[in-house]
Amino acid sequence: MIYKETGQYKSSYKSDHAIFPLIQDKVLFSTLMLIAFLVVPFFINSYWEKAILVPFLIFSLAAIGLNILTGYCGQVSLGTGGFMAVGAFSTYKIMTSFPDLNIMIIVLISGVITAAVGIVFGLPSLRIKGFYLAVATLAAQFFLVWLFNKVPWFYNYSATGQITVSERLMFGIPVTGATAPPYATYLFCLVLVVLLGFAAKNMIRSKIGRSWMAIRDMDIAAEIIGVPPLKTKLSAFAVSSFFIGVSGALYFAVFLGAIEVTESFDIMTISFPVLFMIIIGGLGSMLGSFLGAGFIVTLPIGLKFLMVDLIGLSAVTAKHFEISIWGLLMIVFLIVEPHGLARLWSITKEKLRRWPFPY
Amino acid sequence: MRIKQLIIGLTSAVVAISGFVEIAVADLKFPMLVYRTGAYAPSGIPNADGFVDYYKMINARDGGIGGEKILHPECETGYKTQVGVECYEKNKENAMVFQPMSTGITYQLIPKATNDGVTVYSTGYGRTSAKNGKVFKWIFNAPATYWDGASIAVRHVLKENLGNIKGKTIALVYHNSAYGKEPIRTLEVLAQKHGYKLMLLPVDHPGQEQKSTWLKIRKSRPDYVLMWGWGVMNSVAIKSAASIGFPMDKFIGIWWSGSENDVLPSGMEAHGYKALTFNAPGDNYQVHKDIKKYVFDKGEQSGDGSHFGTVLYNRGLFQAMVQVEAATVAQKIHGTSKITAAMYRDGMENVKLDAKRYEELGFKDFAPAFENTCENHGGSGLAAVQQWDAKAKKWNLITEYMYGDTEVVNKLIAEDSTKYAEEQKITLRCN
Repeated sequence: MIYKETGQYKSSYKSDHAIFPLIQDKVLFSTLMLIAFLVVPFFINSYWEKAILVPFLIFSLAAIGLNILTGYCGQVSLGTGGFMAVGAFSTYKIMTSFPDLNIMIIVLISGVITAAVGIVFGLPSLRIKGFYLAVATLAAQFFLVWLFNKVPWFYNYSATGQITVSERLMFGIPVTGATAPPYATYLFCLVLVVLLGFAAKNMIRSKIGRSWMAIRDMDIAAEIIGVPPLKTKLSAFAVSSFFIGVSGALYFAVFLGAIEVTESFDIMTISFPVLFMIIIGGLGSMLGSFLGAGFIVTLPIGLKFLMVDLIGLSAVTAKHFEISIWGLLMIVFLIVEPHGLARLWSITKEKLRRWPFPY
Repeated sequence: MRIKQLIIGLTSAVVAISGFVEIAVADLKFPMLVYRTGAYAPSGIPNADGFVDYYKMINARDGGIGGEKILHPECETGYKTQVGVECYEKNKENAMVFQPMSTGITYQLIPKATNDGVTVYSTGYGRTSAKNGKVFKWIFNAPATYWDGASIAVRHVLKENLGNIKGKTIALVYHNSAYGKEPIRTLEVLAQKHGYKLMLLPVDHPGQEQKSTWLKIRKSRPDYVLMWGWGVMNSVAIKSAASIGFPMDKFIGIWWSGSENDVLPSGMEAHGYKALTFNAPGDNYQVHKDIKKYVFDKGEQSGDGSHFGTVLYNRGLFQAMVQVEAATVAQKIHGTSKITAAMYRDGMENVKLDAKRYEELGFKDFAPAFENTCENHGGSGLAAVQQWDAKAKKWNLITEYMYGDTEVVNKLIAEDSTKYAEEQKITLRCN
């Protein structure tokens, strides 16, 4: 009875096409937004910022990006780390070359540069599919990381290959560098995530998104009914890489501040976790991207807190447990709920609709 | 279904409270970023054990530092930068000093800790130019830096060749990260000065894959190989060197590439391998006796206690000792036992360890004397060469503690730190 849609009449196409057609969803979403924008900034401390919220937002963005490519367009990619590195190094190069440019613009330009790189590495997708494409994108991952480590121009010839962010302001408040207050970095990421999130949602609901899904479901049939594979696949690569590039830029500039390409954009630290995010969250679901990112970012921290601070295990025992629980959960998840956390949410909604009746 | 929901609910609830838990404000907190898991665990475990045992010994023998107990919460980083940041944020409140045990995390913490007012002590690792205390107020890297290490290694090579290494080739096998790249600049400058040829051979994280590296060495036969390795990379490199028959006495590791865990897997073939060190090997010092008495005999040793007296364990003791000494000095300067993070920094800056003080602390002849000053956060820069005796299974010091090429190193440090100060708009101190 809680999620009752009866009585909610739509009398125009506009209201029928709203992102949240149900009043309940609208209320829920608006409350969430109000809390995120008006409550959290007043309570956030640097632990919540650096350990949970900012990584959550950044990885959500990366997950949306990968979900567009893999979940909606059906092109498997393992190159997320490499593309994030492109975003990060573009930001660094633009930042050091144009010291007066606004950080928001720098981040968006980095996204555009990554989109261009994504198109180049998306070209093989026209010929190869599935696992073979995964291998091709894996090549992108290793090539890009190698490139940024090998060519000193990218890290401005610094002795160690590290790139370090310098302070940048937004409305007079630093959002990058060590002096940035927690609320500023959080809000900066939040604004970008909300704006880009809506952009992605709307793209998915419009013609371009439908052609992605057509290609995903059956590319030959899609081609026959007039969906051009070249344009569609490459646009998916471009849009996806844009999102991943922006998240890479934020990962470097706002979150970590100093980065070493081999360590920070390693396949095990970025590419696989982001892939797990969309698998656990739900392939082809916006909500799934957020749930997956939240799950993967908070799970290790939550387990550590539970085992070390509450139960009192030693840090190393907890770590061993964490690694095994992590693997176990992954398997359990794939068996019990292959459609991910997003599916759990829709089951919950269904149950709430029928509540208090069990059937 | 229900179990799963329970798990999810539990994790999210746990996460929700985790940030708000207050850590009891008492005692002196020395948070530890350790890695007892992953590819770097072979190096991380003995080192962490040394720290913990020393802290426990001080708590048991002296009742803490000036009556204040030492708290040493461990946070497992797995050598990962992102986790290191989480650990730092979690423990930074009321923390005296952070010992990141990773050059990557050190670079990450330098701006953050400077802004938060927390001391970072990267003992013989991290950013070399942090030696310049005029720029890096909160960062210390005594007693020696990588650039000292690189030039000491070259000095050792020079000595073996009677001062002439023109036309010789020295290869650097290094961890392809900020850590491994640190010595390159110094080695390049020294190459020009002494006329040797430098050959750079990066090894990617985590360091198990070195076939092509040693194939290259086998082909071009450099006269010497220097190594900047850590974790499993060390033992793999020594094994690979043995398998191509590279002479072990021409193979010199930095002080992080010379522990028992690195040479033991190669057995007799590792005989003669050399490494730099800034502390002596062995377990016959007073501090070891105290640890045996106050920690081991009570069965309270960290880990399984099997690393007692090994190189990295001893290094851990040394690092912990300097950190405790800094607190003692701070208590003396400020006349209170309850010191704050800012007071602790003053203590660290005035640490002075001479032969007499070493003896008082139970570290007689354990390490060369050094002192920190306002300008110099990098100590003496002294290190010696030790050699592995595979028959006796022990390390022997084969040279005196010697200085690096201070002229070259200091110039590079001044350049690098000035550049950093300009970038970050730091006003110089100590005027």
